[in-house]
Amino acid sequence: MTTSTPDSRRRIYTRPQTLVDRSTHFCPGCGHGIIHRVVAEQLDEMHLTPRTVGVASVGCSVFLYDYLAVDVVESPHGRAPAVATGVRRVRPDAFVFTYQGDGDLAAIGTAEIVHAAARGEQISVIFVNNGIYGMTGGQLAPTTPLGERTSSSPTGRDARQAGYPIPITEMLALLPGVAYAARGSIADPAWIGKTKAMLKRAFEAQLAGEGFSIVEILSTCPVGWGLTPVESMEHVARDVVQTYPLGVLKDRPQARTANAPEG
Amino acid sequence: MQHATIFGGFGGQGLLFAGHLLAQAAVLEGRDVSWMPSYGPEMRGGTASCTVIVADHPIGSPIVDAADSVVALNPPSLAKFEPILVPGGLLVLNASLIEAQPQRTDRDVLALPCTALARISGDDRMVSVVALGGLVGRTGIVGADAVRRALSDLIGVKRPDLIAADLAALEHGLEQAGVLQRV
Amino acid sequence: MTGSPELLAAPTPLAQPIHPVLMKGNEAMAEAAIQAGCDAYFGYPITPQAEILEWMARRMPELGRTFVQAESELGAINMALGAASTGARVLVSSSGPGISLMAEAMSYMAGSELPMVLINVMRGGPGLGSIGPAQSDYFQATKGHGHGDYRVPVLAPASIAEAMALVADAFELAERYRTPVMILADGVIGQMMEPVDPTYRTPPRRSADWALTGADDRPPRAVRSLQLQPEALEAHGRRLQAKFATIAECEVRWAGEQLEDAEIVIVAYGTSARVARTAIERAREDGLRVGLFRPITLWPFPSAALSAVAADRRAILVVEMSSGQMLEDVRLAIDGGFPIFFHGRTGGMVPTPGDVVEAARQAWAATGPDDEPDPLSLIELGERSSVVTR
Repeated sequence: MTTSTPDSRRRIYTRPQTLVDRSTHFCPGCGHGIIHRVVAEQLDEMHLTPRTVGVASVGCSVFLYDYLAVDVVESPHGRAPAVATGVRRVRPDAFVFTYQGDGDLAAIGTAEIVHAAARGEQISVIFVNNGIYGMTGGQLAPTTPLGERTSSSPTGRDARQAGYPIPITEMLALLPGVAYAARGSIADPAWIGKTKAMLKRAFEAQLAGEGFSIVEILSTCPVGWGLTPVESMEHVARDVVQTYPLGVLKDRPQARTANAPEG
Repeated sequence: MQHATIFGGFGGQGLLFAGHLLAQAAVLEGRDVSWMPSYGPEMRGGTASCTVIVADHPIGSPIVDAADSVVALNPPSLAKFEPILVPGGLLVLNASLIEAQPQRTDRDVLALPCTALARISGDDRMVSVVALGGLVGRTGIVGADAVRRALSDLIGVKRPDLIAADLAALEHGLEQAGVLQRV
Repeated sequence: MTGSPELLAAPTPLAQPIHPVLMKGNEAMAEAAIQAGCDAYFGYPITPQAEILEWMARRMPELGRTFVQAESELGAINMALGAASTGARVLVSSSGPGISLMAEAMSYMAGSELPMVLINVMRGGPGLGSIGPAQSDYFQATKGHGHGDYRVPVLAPASIAEAMALVADAFELAERYRTPVMILADGVIGQMMEPVDPTYRTPPRRSADWALTGADDRPPRAVRSLQLQPEALEAHGRRLQAKFATIAECEVRWAGEQLEDAEIVIVAYGTSARVARTAIERAREDGLRVGLFRPITLWPFPSAALSAVAADRRAILVVEMSSGQMLEDVRLAIDGGFPIFFHGRTGGMVPTPGDVVEAARQAWAATGPDDEPDPLSLIELGERSSVVTR
């Protein structure tokens, strides 16, 4: 909080109120810091913080409550969409989001995410995809691109052995309960801005009762990938997007799910 | 006084409903009662059963190792439940479906053409209600009037169109039991 | 599930009837939860508890409350976790295989100190087992379910009327101690009908200064079980253990029948206790003085009470629909005091009163006042049961 700003300078960048003023435990070059910030900015801009219940998942982002100044419930691994369903159903006035990694959402939690989407739950899912299990030491994730080396695919992901990466956001977009599905990235400033706009639209979809919304965000894991932070960003922008193309996959503002809670 | 009745038959013969009627009649008389069905896959087409205990004191086990009466609506339930009938107990048989003779002689048998009587009553589905009439008429576990009121309680609101046939079926059973109707 | 007409009354019978009404156990427990102020129910179909789900599916929307049929028991209990984190009064129900799936979230909820009531209508196991009534989940309920170092109060009804009362009590316990509470019923309690007095109890609401309602003019709150620092987790664990100790001291419940002059004390809960009650009547007609000690809380187990009741008796006979699970708690409570015999049926089979009378007779015969029982003897009671001495 700057106390004095010379008139000749304009403050264009500050910490969002909803972002707690503390150092994170994230590794250098990790995308979570950027994503936390963008989420906090968006919550502030839409004045959502006082009515927000965030649902933390298991993985590197588990300490969500240490960094975002919102009410947070911690869920078992993969179950965040079910937990969010419970919160939103009994608190129709709450704004509810989950913050899930790729292992949480696309492996152990596939049933929960698919059925929350199928029910058209009025929740917003922030899906952070870096194609690796960071917290447990860099193992293969369901979203790991073919050929990528991880500690449990040491010679690179081989489809014959480990199957194919799951384009789960595209899969979810097929479901009638899904109002909005998009994939952004934090690999460069332009895409960070576009990703923030995607979050805005996703949050609006929940507020308007349009249905389930999800924003997948391609992120980094420099330590797990064995790359520098800069190389990691370049890897996302150049390589990962080949498997996971960026853009809006579904935007259906007009439709409301049949059983959507009003408001 | 405690009286345990086992109703056995095919799923769809209404034996759970007949047991429910008996239980409801007992409640109307201020008695204690338990109604315990067989449940699960056997309910979906196979042989089903339920145990109804009527007592003048709090009931202990809702599961019995001996039945005071057995209502057998099909052959498999006769084979299954006849052996646990107490000596001198009542066996109500659906003679329309059961050709075999009971194996035991130390019991009272009431062989009713339940299916035929149900048809006369106006509805084939009332097989178990005919049998219940026989059971109640012969044993007096509960009064016939309590059963009539129970019928009204259980289906009078939901299916008033069935009341007449149900009552007719009950009366056929009571008559066949050789007992005058109680008013 | 039946081929007969709809068995129970229309969904608005709540003007208090004068007479007792016949209710099926599952439906009675569901309605008791509704009348206790249950805000949300989440479930998944499984026999023999599906009627709870079906009752809630009809009643909860009528009342403007929350009902969701989840994609799995995992989904159901995690929805419950989320709803409970906002301070809502939440019910979940299942049977053994589903409870196993719910074990994960039970641990999280115990660790996060979230109130919830969970009904287990037990069926035979292990694995898919059978759908018949059983008491094979005693270990799971009282010693286990999820990982970690925690306890959950477990209440065992022996009648439908008691099941209804215990549902209301369970909500109260859950909120008083901020813990999941389990109702451990079985297929007989769930499926049978008995007359019940349709009076209900609504436990008062407690203020929940931990509930997630949005950080509006207050600091943000977190509902969490994660404590990565060992010191912090140990401190959290100690606080939990102190709470469990309070529950163990204050919430023990049991009932006794015909204990005054009993030489043989049957220890049984739930449906087994009902069978024992009939067996005791018969045994007494034969001059065998038998009484019943019926735990109502399985955790905390009424150890001290049982130990006191057992003093100076001839023998204890444990009757269960399992291979001997509560038996272990009875042994701990008696602590080598004197002979303990066991009669169990499994797989969906229910002990008959005749079997229990016979077991009591054999226990009596094996423990003549002048004979020291052979501590190593193992007496087979027919093909179905065994009697063991400690």
